[in-house]
Amino acid sequence: MLGKLDWSAIPFDQPIPLVAGAMVLVAILGVLTWVVVKGHLPYLWSEWITSVDHKRIGVMYILLASVMLLRGGSDAIMMRIQQAVAYQSQGYLPPEHYNQIFSAHGTIMIFFVAMPFVIGLMNLVVPLQLGVRDVAFPTLNSVGFWLTATGALLVNVSLVVGEFARTGWLAFPPLSELSYSPGVGVDYYAWSLQISGVGTLVAGINLVTTVLKLRTKGMNYLRMPMFCWTTLASNLLIVAAFPILTATLAMLLLDRYLGFHFFTNEAGGNVMMFMNLIWAWGHPEVYILVLPAFGVFSEVVSTFSGKALFGYRSMVLATMAICVISFMVWLHHFFTMGAGPDVNAIFGIASMIIAVPTGVKIYNWLFTMYGGRIRFATPMLWSVGFMVTFIIGGLTGVLVAVPPADFMLHNSMFLVAHFHNVIIGGVLFGAFAGFEYWFPKAFGFRLDERWGKAAFWFTFLGFYVTFMPLYIAGMLGMTRRMQHYDVAAWRPWMIVAAVGMAVLTIGVICQIMQLVISIRNREALRDRTGDPWDGRSLEWATSSPPPVFNFAFNPDVRGEDAYWEMKAHARQQSFEHEELEYQDIEMPRNSPTGFVCAFFAAIMGFALIWHIWWMVILGGIGAFATFVVFAWRDHDEYVIPAEEVARIDRINIEERRSLVSMAGAV
Amino acid sequence: MAMTATADHARADPHQIGVVVEHPGPAPKRIVTAYGFWVFLLSDIVMFSCFFAAYAVLSGQTAGGPKGAEIFEQRNVAIETVCLLLSSFTCGMASIAADVRNRFWFYLGMTVTCVLGLIFLAIEFREFADLVARGYGPSRSAFLTAFFSLVGCHGLHVSAGVLWLLTMMAQVFAKGFRADVLRRMMCFALFWHALDIIWVGVFSVVYLLGGAP
Ligand code: HEM
Ligand SMILES: [Cu+2]
Repeated sequence: MLGKLDWSAIPFDQPIPLVAGAMVLVAILGVLTWVVVKGHLPYLWSEWITSVDHKRIGVMYILLASVMLLRGGSDAIMMRIQQAVAYQSQGYLPPEHYNQIFSAHGTIMIFFVAMPFVIGLMNLVVPLQLGVRDVAFPTLNSVGFWLTATGALLVNVSLVVGEFARTGWLAFPPLSELSYSPGVGVDYYAWSLQISGVGTLVAGINLVTTVLKLRTKGMNYLRMPMFCWTTLASNLLIVAAFPILTATLAMLLLDRYLGFHFFTNEAGGNVMMFMNLIWAWGHPEVYILVLPAFGVFSEVVSTFSGKALFGYRSMVLATMAICVISFMVWLHHFFTMGAGPDVNAIFGIASMIIAVPTGVKIYNWLFTMYGGRIRFATPMLWSVGFMVTFIIGGLTGVLVAVPPADFMLHNSMFLVAHFHNVIIGGVLFGAFAGFEYWFPKAFGFRLDERWGKAAFWFTFLGFYVTFMPLYIAGMLGMTRRMQHYDVAAWRPWMIVAAVGMAVLTIGVICQIMQLVISIRNREALRDRTGDPWDGRSLEWATSSPPPVFNFAFNPDVRGEDAYWEMKAHARQQSFEHEELEYQDIEMPRNSPTGFVCAFFAAIMGFALIWHIWWMVILGGIGAFATFVVFAWRDHDEYVIPAEEVARIDRINIEERRSLVSMAGAV
Repeated sequence: MAMTATADHARADPHQIGVVVEHPGPAPKRIVTAYGFWVFLLSDIVMFSCFFAAYAVLSGQTAGGPKGAEIFEQRNVAIETVCLLLSSFTCGMASIAADVRNRFWFYLGMTVTCVLGLIFLAIEFREFADLVARGYGPSRSAFLTAFFSLVGCHGLHVSAGVLWLLTMMAQVFAKGFRADVLRRMMCFALFWHALDIIWVGVFSVVYLLGGAP
């Protein structure tokens, strides 16, 4: 009846996951009760859960990422403490538990923190920057988000029902095959990623189509803000790379469920095929994450330097070059696996070549700052912090891309330091910069600068204290994923890293405080103009938060930095909206399709993990029925009447006119 | 428009290239939908390419089991191929009928497409069932694993296509040739043709190359 599921799945003998799970459960139930008792449920349902507005969906993506960041962060704290104490002892985490933690940590941080964070930012900002009313496929967009959330849910369910994978974040076979991992851990891993992978693919298709097909009048390719370009590149990579992940995990699942022999040791299976396939996805994946971050930095640096981006065209070229080259370097992840010197040399050189466009970008940012009137607001701090940090990460990347060096450093703590150096210093700093930069746009008030700066400094310093010691430990021969060790020379560095982790935690607390304080003082921090930073691209041309329809009139773009030019011009003339004829606007209707679909996907995923076959069929039928019902509806759009559009727009114009006249007076 | 007026000062041609073709604005919905679906099809083809690659890597790994030449029935495959290619033709007919809003030819075209698709699936199912019965199931060897997955993955797509086809017919029946129904029909046609292209790959790589003794 319930497949493999019974009471033994609940880890009653392991206090840590049980207590953690119970706490999460209590928190969720508490929030739910609060929502229901306060009567917020109808609001949440109609304004958020069923919303197909790209801004709302973007915010929900970022919320998901932030919550999962706390979960992944807790894993990190536990691992750092374990390695600080587990010198010539077992520490406090038994091996099977430690293995689950590092696997969950990596999976969560990449798939459920970094991915949703950058996809959320792109969703929130790109249609605004392109001057359009929505993304190409609004309802599918909501489906994509909810499927990602389903994946995250399943990973967290594994905390209390059953177990998570012990195989690392990429589940290499043969360890991940049924003979060596008979439990449900790998199944939790694979099904969560399959479900959220579909969500990511949907988001990718949607954003590619949006950028290529939905740009406002005059928004030629070479007038798009840099963030739109990096969005395009990143989502092209999603479309080209995520199907590889889907296929690879499908093969692993076939091996596990139906006794196939893709990657087994017996009957001619080929483990190296898994390595090739997974890294053919995996290396593009790191650029899927970091390219949008590069886009954020381009926007931030140019805005806060008060200058147009230096070398816009070289930046476009560099972005697209990275997009292509990132598919040609995957083998550098397994130099040591016997491909031979020729092949290794080619891939080593290709990997070094990819550092060139990245270097071009760094110089462009520096030259954008050069001679500018720089304002060191919080987003700018994150950007400068990124430049310093990412250069170190890139350099160590080039170092491990040298095959002979990699033979020494592969799978060591040095590698761990490298990729945290680029992912924290690149992706996470970029996500935070984007969060601080666009928060006023999304919510209509700024974030508190003092807490924001404190958060930056603690995170920045904490990062160095945590991860620089790992480089040293790596060079002293410490391999990654060690539950305990006996080498005295490593110990001090592990202790320093644990201290760094504490500093990082303070940074996170500052970030939370910033949010709380800013929400409390939101009236004082209100942004009435829609343009709090003196921005340059079109998202600042509308109010904060923007109306559902984004723009009353589709803007007509005549050059780069569209909004900057409009402002420059408007200082001499006045805004002339009044003479214009407002028109009715059609917007897509809200739809529960995404949520319902994800509900059935969750049921199906859970049933598949536990081999509850009747439930699998039920979930499948439900998901299909949802799509048919969606396809059957007669009205998928509603109309906002012209008077309403006019009323909303006039308020914005009033505020803006006062800003311009004030600026003109200065 | 206001923005038109205010943006006049913006540099129309900052890099003095000479020709600046102004982007005309968002594309119509039909184009956007079809374009998005194309992008999806490309991603689907990427997924298939992984299974093709797996087949190429594993096709020699018979682990003492049968080779391709010993189990492939060229005659059946030929019939399958004819069915699928013909169904693409009838699917095209149905698309044209939908464009000119002719219900009779639409239903006829779709029905024939559906029947041909089902014949294809039936033959494939028989082939699979027969192999399993002879002890040559997918867990026999890595070669059979790759064979069953690649061909089966295509078969699953065809099955999904048939399901979609029936939904499409029901939609036209209930809603007529509405704009959104026509857009979906266009996507369906793209999907069905893409499956054909993939079958040509399967036919050549699996049955022709793999069938060589
Ligand atoms: C300057 C360009 C870069 C080069 C040349 C480079 C090179 C490398 C090499 C050779 C490895 C494998 C080392 C080994 O396993 O022994 C590696 C691992 C890794 N890199 Fe990079 N990298 C670069 C940038 C990045 C960026 C931008 C990111 C992410 C945003 C990133 C994320 C990772 C990750 C996650 C791993 C480890 C995966 C694992 O084994 O679990 N790298 N890098
Ligand atoms: Cu790589």
